[in-house]
Parts: sequence; structure tokens; C-alpha cells
Amino acid sequence: MSNQEITQERIQNLWKQLKQQAEAGGYHLNPDDEFTKDLVRSLIVNQQRYGYRACPCRLAAGEKASDLDIICPCDYRDADISEYGACYCGLYVSEDVVTGEKSIRMIPERRPAPEERAARTLSAKNVHKPLAMPVWRCRVCGYLCARDGPPEVCPICKAKKERFERFM
Amino acid sequence: MEFKHIQGKDQGKIIMYALSTCIWCKKTKRLLDNLGIAYDYVDVDLLGEAEKETAKDEMEKWNPKGSFPTLIFNDRTCVVGFDEVKIREALLHE
Repeated sequence: MSNQEITQERIQNLWKQLKQQAEAGGYHLNPDDEFTKDLVRSLIVNQQRYGYRACPCRLAAGEKASDLDIICPCDYRDADISEYGACYCGLYVSEDVVTGEKSIRMIPERRPAPEERAARTLSAKNVHKPLAMPVWRCRVCGYLCARDGPPEVCPICKAKKERFERFM
Repeated sequence: MEFKHIQGKDQGKIIMYALSTCIWCKKTKRLLDNLGIAYDYVDVDLLGEAEKETAKDEMEKWNPKGSFPTLIFNDRTCVVGFDEVKIREALLHE
């Protein structure tokens, strides 16, 4: 682990980048900058440790295929923001948290247990409908598109191709 | 598996499974530190593979989701997450 290499500048740069991306897509980073920069630091730790930004508040398997749903932004972010005003780790929050109308509390784990996740992947693979084109769904933001394969990058939330699932 | 012992007032056996990267775990540690209570914790993400599995199995007996932080008071009461009210309650009743 090369924690000493994580400079304040590096944290600041990633924080700025995530903030810009969030605002451009209609999302918000947690306005508690100290809290948020601690999380950004942990994202950098996980990037170095696993090769991808696994959620800092979940135990990554260290195998990308098993961790895809918890690569930040995770598959559960939007539902948690809607229900609790923040995603599981607290990096992303809703507008009423930004304005101070709502405060965040502990968020229960929405990610299904490992067996359920395996079952879900299997059932998704069994979707075959007579459509002119398959429909792909971004598991991060819900964006849908009908085309031969998923796009390289989600045009809405910028999640990578591997975060898409066959929807119809 | 080695737990780190934090010295303080003895309020019974308090075990905490945490992640070194998790800010809610950090807040929980800070709460216990501020209360001046003795406890033992382990950062599961920093364990070797075999120990990680042991820790997960232990944790899941109390918290099937295996989420962090998981606190166990006196081998009886489990509190999941940075839930200040529940943690304070567990400290009172345990």
C-alpha cells in the first residue's frame, strides 16, 4: 500500500473532477467537504489496491467481475439518494441535503447478499424477446438504449460499457 | 486474526469489524474514542485472504449482509452501521 503517495493535491483534483461530473449529470457531491475528501482519498486507495474505485464502505472481493455493482458510482446510488438523501457511503447526496433541508443518517445496505446477486445475473442472461434490437440498461443511472451492443460509455452518467445489462 | 485494542473504560467486551477506507467506520471509532470506552477492532480490508474469509464468516453470523461497521457487545447484541442511538443504547444495557 502506498498511502504516502496520496497527496492533498491528488485528492483535490479527483474531488474537483467528481464534483464537476456530478453537477453536469444532475447529481451532487456531499457538501461536507472534509467528509467527502476523506471518501475521495479512500477511492484513490481502492483504485491503487484493486485497480478500480470500489465503494470505500464495502468489502471488495478484489475481482472486478464480482465487484462491478459496487464500483463508484455504484448500482445502488440512485435508489439510496431517492430514499435516504445519500448513497451508501455518503459521497453523493440529494438536492435537499445540499440545501440543508434534509440531513443524512445511516443508510442500510441495499446490495443483495452474494447468493441473490448470482441469481440475479443468471436471470438477466435469460432475457430473450423478439425485438428488432436488444435494449441495454445502464445499471448506474437507468439510461436505456436500443442498439446491437451497449455504448462504450453511458452518455448520461459516464459509466463504462461493462456496467450495462441487457434489459429487453 | 488480530484485533487492535483501544484502551479506555471497561464497558464489557466490544468487538468491531471495520474497513480502513470507510468513513462511517471512522465515525464509529471516533464515537467510541470520544466516549472513552475500551474496544477491539479489526480492519477487514487489510487482512490476508484466509483471515478475511474467517472475519466475514464471523461477522455474517451476526449481520448476514456482512456490512460495515458491525459491532458486537458482550457476544449478545449486534449493532450494524454508525447508528449512534443504538450504540449508546447497547452501551447502557450491556
